[in-house]
Amino acid sequence: MRNRFTTAALDSGALLFGTAKFPLTRRGVTIGGGSVIPEINFTLPPMDVEQGSMEEVKKIYLEMIDSVCRRAVELHQREIIVEFELLPEMTLNPVWGEEITALLQRSLEEFLDRDGLQSLLRITPVDIRETSKPPRRREGREVDTLFDAFRRCARAGGDMLSIESTGGKEVTDPSIIAGDLRGIIFGAAILGSADMEYLWEQICSIGKETGSIPAGDTACGIGNTAMILADQGYVPKVFATVVRAVTAVRSLVAYEVGAVGPGKDCGYENAILKAITGFPMSLEGKSAACAHFSAIGNIAGAYADLWSNESVQQVKLLSGMAPVVSMEQLIYDCRLFNAAVNKGSAGDLRDLLVDSDALLDPQAFILRPDVVRSLAKAIVAEREDYGRGVRVAWEAVRLMKDAASHGELLISDREGSWLERMELELNGLPATSMQFVSEETERWSDAFDCTQYLVETHA
Amino acid sequence: MDLLQDIALNVQSGYTEKTRKAVEQAVAEGIPANDILHKGLIAGMNVVAERFKTGQMFLPEVLAVAGAMKAGMTIVRPLLEMTNHESLGKIVIGTVRGDMHDIGKNLVAIMLQGAGFDVVDLGTDVRADKFIEAVEREHPDIIGMSALLTTTMVHMKGVIEALEKKNLREKVKVIIGGAPISRNYAQEIRADGYARDAATAVDLVRTLLNSTRATAAV
Ligand code: B12
Repeated sequence: MRNRFTTAALDSGALLFGTAKFPLTRRGVTIGGGSVIPEINFTLPPMDVEQGSMEEVKKIYLEMIDSVCRRAVELHQREIIVEFELLPEMTLNPVWGEEITALLQRSLEEFLDRDGLQSLLRITPVDIRETSKPPRRREGREVDTLFDAFRRCARAGGDMLSIESTGGKEVTDPSIIAGDLRGIIFGAAILGSADMEYLWEQICSIGKETGSIPAGDTACGIGNTAMILADQGYVPKVFATVVRAVTAVRSLVAYEVGAVGPGKDCGYENAILKAITGFPMSLEGKSAACAHFSAIGNIAGAYADLWSNESVQQVKLLSGMAPVVSMEQLIYDCRLFNAAVNKGSAGDLRDLLVDSDALLDPQAFILRPDVVRSLAKAIVAEREDYGRGVRVAWEAVRLMKDAASHGELLISDREGSWLERMELELNGLPATSMQFVSEETERWSDAFDCTQYLVETHA
Repeated sequence: MDLLQDIALNVQSGYTEKTRKAVEQAVAEGIPANDILHKGLIAGMNVVAERFKTGQMFLPEVLAVAGAMKAGMTIVRPLLEMTNHESLGKIVIGTVRGDMHDIGKNLVAIMLQGAGFDVVDLGTDVRADKFIEAVEREHPDIIGMSALLTTTMVHMKGVIEALEKKNLREKVKVIIGGAPISRNYAQEIRADGYARDAATAVDLVRTLLNSTRATAAV
């Protein structure tokens, strides 16, 4: 059952790192209850993951968890979150995912017993439904295996369940490359939302069954793809910005069917989702530059209840291994966040984080608290996903234009012409969802299999 | 104005209809298809590629231009086939086994096509035997492999070894790319080249093909 949000939980003044309207507590760790906690993620160096290398794989995971926890203890950090982002092979062979989860959880328990380090483990299986072509999203071996991976990892000690799901990607991929906003609204707000509803209902019921927390998703495959392409100069930043705004519509669905946060780190739409849901969120910024570049290194921190490095592979740097370096960076970032909270200056620090980025890039601009709040309101003002997608896209374009004309946002002429182009495209959209869905289903009939989404195309 | 120049300008501006008309006129005037291709269509596309590379154009704008190029190619291609025209070069490309990241690979394919090369895209999660099959079937000059995961990049080596085993390694050049890939890694697995982005991938392909053809001519 999907319960749609119709109001936003937080106003822009209440949007703050470390504090969520509905904090979450498990095994002595509270997320969003007044402090920011580091969320560390690590991955394998170049190597093959197969039966023959499993012993080596486990050994590396053990080294990584042991070394990051040790550094946390040395730096007097009392709480950490660890994310285990499964690699494709570990989801396709759920027993491997399960074994590594168990190994990580065992280590975390040892550190709790010995050093008092409190922790929670997030597990993130890969959306392997794409392994079949065209993707079979609701049936078949991959779907069964995916849920089996969730179940096994949850039982083996996964405290929180997440995924970077990819519903609608068949349409959003080509739409990003072509700068096609109509396709983005269809792929993300319509297909993406339909798929999220199906997928998260299942994940939430696995959560109930196993006692793990259904945490949240990220539109990485849409929003971050556009962001990385914008960073490399392939698509305009203003376009990537509108794409990000539209992805909030699909990522919200997880919370409308029962997820309770913390949303997954690489979803920058989490700022908007925090404003709507009041649930705690994980975010990443400057200390995730080891994983990918971004234009929002500081401002993303304004909303973080967990602060993440996204992921880094086990390689040696001058000081030590890269995951330990990340752990240290995150801990110092969190000390600063938490010192500000304790001094009553959290609002000031938030404003500094915001002000230091917002002017320079539209993708940072839409993370300004007042803008986040407007986008959140635009989404909840509409019931249907189509209306939400169109409205939030309009709002993002309008706010960027406004800010640019008042000198609050720097946009080049070349980028500026794309604002006009997107306005034209939005103006040309049909009035009803039904009409839009049938037009787009027809237009993309070669690209995706509509039976995998079950969206209604007629009254 | 010179008709070929006219074609190039129309391609540059992304005028599909005007390009088609100009190409038709050139054919009617008896201009060799090879000249229409190289001095008209590809010359126009090269200007666009340069603008893209220097950050004056976005990809969606390049794609619009590619539409004009395609309209011209539809007319010229059958004529080229009649005259035994030699292709600029053929590239088989794919993302390696276990890896579903494909945007980077797609961009490389688009830019290579735009530069006039024939591209066969094998998609994602491509196993070594599929690369081998494609080499045997398509006889490409180059195969391109993409990997975005540290745990899938190792499969590139497997493909190169499979080529060696089948005695195909001498027949094709191998180029690789993707976030975890480096020039060093390319050297380590004995690939022929690495490129950090789609624009330099085009330069790399040109250099490799020139050197093969130069060697072949010797
Ligand atoms: C977008 C993205 C996704 C999207 C992919 C969408 C798509 N259609 O491809 C989605 C959400 C689906 C995804 C999924 C996953 N991803 Co991912 N993803 C990314 C991200 C953020 C950007 C990749 C991208 O599209 N870049 C834009 C393109 C244009 O750049 P590019 O790919 O580098 O390509 C350019 C060059 O490299 C070069 N090039 C590329 N190929 C070739 C080939 C040749 C021959 C040549 C010459 C050149 C060349 O030219 C291209 C154009 O300029 C990266 C971060 C990063 N640092 O790359 C993570 C990243 C690659 N993903 C990562 C992970 C972990 C995953 C998942 C396992 C996550 C999960 N648990 O679900 C899954 C795996 C899915 C699978 N089976 O493969 C990790 C990899 C860690 C590791 N161990 O290596 C990264 C590095 C992020 C991180 N640090 O955590 N991902």
